[in-house]
Amino acid sequence: MIPGSFNYHRPASVADAVKLLVNLGEDARPLAGGHSLVPMMKLRLATPAHLIDLHGITALKGISRDGGNVVIGAMTTQHDLLASEEIARSAPILHETALLIADPQVRYRGTIGGNVANGDPGNDMPALMMTLGATYRLEGPGGVRDVAAADFYQGAYFTALEPGEILTSVSFPAPATGHGCAYEKLKRKVGDYATAAAAVVLTMASGKVATCSIGLTNVHETPLLATDAAKAVIGTSLDAASLKKAAAAASAIMAPAADARGPVEYRKHVGGIMVTRALQRAASVAK
Amino acid sequence: MNDLTPTREQRTAALEGMGCKRKRVEDIRFTQGRGNYVDDVKLPGMLHGDFVRSPHPHARVKKIDDSEALKVPGVLAVITAETLKTVNLAWMPTLAGDVQMVLADGKVLFQNQEVAFVVATDRYEADDGINKVIVEYEALPPLVDPFKAMDADAPVLREDLVGKTIGAHGPRKHNNHIFEWTVGDKEMTDAAFKKADVTIKEMISYHRTHPSPLETCQCVCSFDKIKGELTIYGTFQAPHVIRTVVALIAKIPEHKIHVIAPDIGGGFGNKVGAYPGYICAAVASIVTGKPVKWVEDRIENLTATSFARDYHMTTEVAATKDGKVTGLRVHVLADHGAFDACADPSKWPAGFFNIVTGSYDFPTAHLAVDGVYTNKAPGGVAYRCSFRVTEAAYCIERAMDILAQKLNMDPAELRLKNFIKAEQFPYHSALGWEYDSGDYHTAMRKMMETTGYAALRKEQAEKRAAFKRGETRDIMGLGISFFTEIVGAGPSKNCDILGIAMFDSCEIRMHPTGAGIARVGSKSQGQGHETTWAQIIATEIGIPADNIMVEEGNTDTAPYGLGTYGSRSTPVAGAAIAMAARKIKAKAQMIAAYKLEVHEDDLEFDIDGFRVRGLPEKFMSMKDICWAAYNSVPPGMEPGLEAVSYYDPPNMTYPFGAYLCVMDIDVDTGVYKVRRFYALDDCGTRINPMIIEGQVHGGLTEAFAIAMGQEIRYDEVGNVVTGSFMDFFMPTAVETPHWETDFTVTPSPHHPIGAKGVGESPNVGGVPAFSNAVNDAFSFLGSTHIQMPHDFWRNWKAAKDLGAVA
Repeated sequence: MIPGSFNYHRPASVADAVKLLVNLGEDARPLAGGHSLVPMMKLRLATPAHLIDLHGITALKGISRDGGNVVIGAMTTQHDLLASEEIARSAPILHETALLIADPQVRYRGTIGGNVANGDPGNDMPALMMTLGATYRLEGPGGVRDVAAADFYQGAYFTALEPGEILTSVSFPAPATGHGCAYEKLKRKVGDYATAAAAVVLTMASGKVATCSIGLTNVHETPLLATDAAKAVIGTSLDAASLKKAAAAASAIMAPAADARGPVEYRKHVGGIMVTRALQRAASVAK
Repeated sequence: MNDLTPTREQRTAALEGMGCKRKRVEDIRFTQGRGNYVDDVKLPGMLHGDFVRSPHPHARVKKIDDSEALKVPGVLAVITAETLKTVNLAWMPTLAGDVQMVLADGKVLFQNQEVAFVVATDRYEADDGINKVIVEYEALPPLVDPFKAMDADAPVLREDLVGKTIGAHGPRKHNNHIFEWTVGDKEMTDAAFKKADVTIKEMISYHRTHPSPLETCQCVCSFDKIKGELTIYGTFQAPHVIRTVVALIAKIPEHKIHVIAPDIGGGFGNKVGAYPGYICAAVASIVTGKPVKWVEDRIENLTATSFARDYHMTTEVAATKDGKVTGLRVHVLADHGAFDACADPSKWPAGFFNIVTGSYDFPTAHLAVDGVYTNKAPGGVAYRCSFRVTEAAYCIERAMDILAQKLNMDPAELRLKNFIKAEQFPYHSALGWEYDSGDYHTAMRKMMETTGYAALRKEQAEKRAAFKRGETRDIMGLGISFFTEIVGAGPSKNCDILGIAMFDSCEIRMHPTGAGIARVGSKSQGQGHETTWAQIIATEIGIPADNIMVEEGNTDTAPYGLGTYGSRSTPVAGAAIAMAARKIKAKAQMIAAYKLEVHEDDLEFDIDGFRVRGLPEKFMSMKDICWAAYNSVPPGMEPGLEAVSYYDPPNMTYPFGAYLCVMDIDVDTGVYKVRRFYALDDCGTRINPMIIEGQVHGGLTEAFAIAMGQEIRYDEVGNVVTGSFMDFFMPTAVETPHWETDFTVTPSPHHPIGAKGVGESPNVGGVPAFSNAVNDAFSFLGSTHIQMPHDFWRNWKAAKDLGAVA
């Protein structure tokens, strides 16, 4: 568990970071919190010749409000999210989810940008961002572009990021006032990836679901938006039959790997339960 | 007397002796980052070694090409089996009478086996070198399932043993067979089964797992060519044994070998054995003339140094219809991996597994253990366990529950009915042990009363009815464990390691001002010996514990001891300490008699000095006696105040305990909640109740981990798939249940201070309590036995298999 040798760069601006990435090519990797990349380097499964540390770029940090949108700089740590009153007020599900990511030591270093950009299906934030309808800002040699979180993930560790591009911020429309939300994560222990997890953001009107969005973590090679499951509950009072339908619709799109967390059948089964529980809890807190 | 004269209570308290919750003195340095661990040892010119390991579980090694590795800057040497053969060290003896490859010699027999040792000027360069060593393998069919090890067409693993029909422990039935060990009366046991009203039979597996000390195995070896001396700093639970083993295999005179075990960050059995890293670092130091450090990483620790358990126990109990046990028959298939590197006393190929009759009065029993080779890492060690006692306790405690279920009896009632009675001690078990003392009924009843056992059973019955009515998806289980341990290895009549009797030792040297040093043959890895050993001496000789320094781990200064594992330190070293202290006290009494001008027999010991009987004002404190020992001893007596004791225990000690686990399981997800865990331990005399409580907390946490998920697992082609803490369950404070501790005190009649040892009890007793809770929860749905580990998905699968989940 000893990494190979590499060169270390610490640019002060996004432009400089992009320039380094372009010039150094495939052998260069941007470094955010390092919780995915560094363990891979220690196993020599990743052997970048150059690490471009983004910690020197102050512009990448911070949480702000841009009209109806919440904008979070890529280098904002999970701890920063937990400490933010803005997040607690306008997107409590983000607070709840950040709290389920590993332990305080990890959250002091781990960043939202690293979490969403790495394309690891086990990470919690990608499915949540899809649920919130987030957009990622990517900056590269060709300029700046925005990509919907729902369009970003192509496969395990494969994303829409082009060579030389850095994910610089995420933004999402603040969920409606009075919305209900929940992130249900089944894990074996603190620090583990989800066996299955479901994010729900919904609004209720006259006791019935008015709008609903459901995201799924670690039950497929990419995070999933469970559109059919959400459709199945809209207009219902989340009665047993509708919940069952939603869980079945969500399970139908899951394709988890069998691993030490359990066989495929189990992970799909508990994935459905996570959807059910998240829906029920989200509805119970909606106003 | 005036107000300033301390009372007897104050004088006793000032000693901080036995029974005192004395704060751990070693924690002052540990909690401030001032410990001195092996990786803190940095010698001038020190090199670093690291291993090339096999990706294959079974393969022929065709060629090792180190030419590119040697070009890596900083890489100085690549050591292979061929190098080791020049010093006759390609293979090493194991503690179990087998031999083990140090580096792959023609073949590899498990994944991550050590193939070559790269030596470089720093750790990074060593790892760079490893990646440049090219090894050519020819894959061979792996043997993973121990139940197929003795099939006629099973692959030949150990080519060195082909044709050898006799092993270290008798005849071998197959080339993958290591030993068969039988104990007990087969005929009488078979007869008991024939006559029995009721019998049960179940294959109870205790899966392969691994100790996980915070600090992995490591060493620094430094060979001085001029003096011909080898100094080894290492994470050794038994430093003197390591010195003797090195002397025997490296042919260096034993007085020229200095083994130093500095502070050790946990052992749990992992650091008893000798590992290839030690040999390679020593040879590398001899070859390069420089000190060489080897530090294992976590993956290496989990996958290559010794595992624990992997016992598959076909268990049968015979009983009368009213629940009196009449016979026990157990067959164990023991998977030892590629080499039998079991860390047991030499004559005990299955350790003390014959404690399997447990706390029950079995009139007859028979045990047979077959050890086999597979393509897995070698072992196994006693993971917080006294030599297979954990397996035995799990086996019998599970079996008693299964029998209770068959008889439709409460498992507590069945146990009470079959316990060895207090008046039966010393008790001779059907499988050959002499239990020293116990009062099982009292402990069991205290557990049942304190936990409200009857009310819990009533609640369970209501919950089960509600579950059947569809009102809840939670099921509730009560897991009882009443274990008897056998610790304190051990008496020379039945215990040795490589021919050395398993005594232990202490040397006490009192200084003129009433302070002193005690050097002991045990070796703390976190148990708190520096604290508790001083407490024993404090009570024995009346000098405050704070004035006694305890030193262990340096073979040049400590008397020869067999080390710390198997809860042997208090039973054996603790006894040696008390005996050495009594020698000090005896000499002190002679000095006091001389100074007080009375006959020795007129003196009585009084907390912290000697007092003349009937003349309470004539008193000499131990502190003053220490001074006198250096200037005015009686004529003819040698000055000084020192003593040594080598203690050969007359018997083992038999701690016991009554545990209860209350668990709720959500059948839909398999997620469990340990609602309550109560642990009553009887470890005889209690030296430091706070340290005992800490030991119990730690052991229960490990037991919880093992029962509920901690597993070393191999896939069907021999890849080890649990190589990191991502998948090897290591609970954090968040997952760990709250522990309630309690105790009774039944002193050991043969131990100088009546102490029995406690370190392993909670692991031994904890695992069956957790597993019985899970099994008890599911039993009303029709199951008799569900194998460990009981992680979420397996609980869900059990529910599904029983028809409780769609």
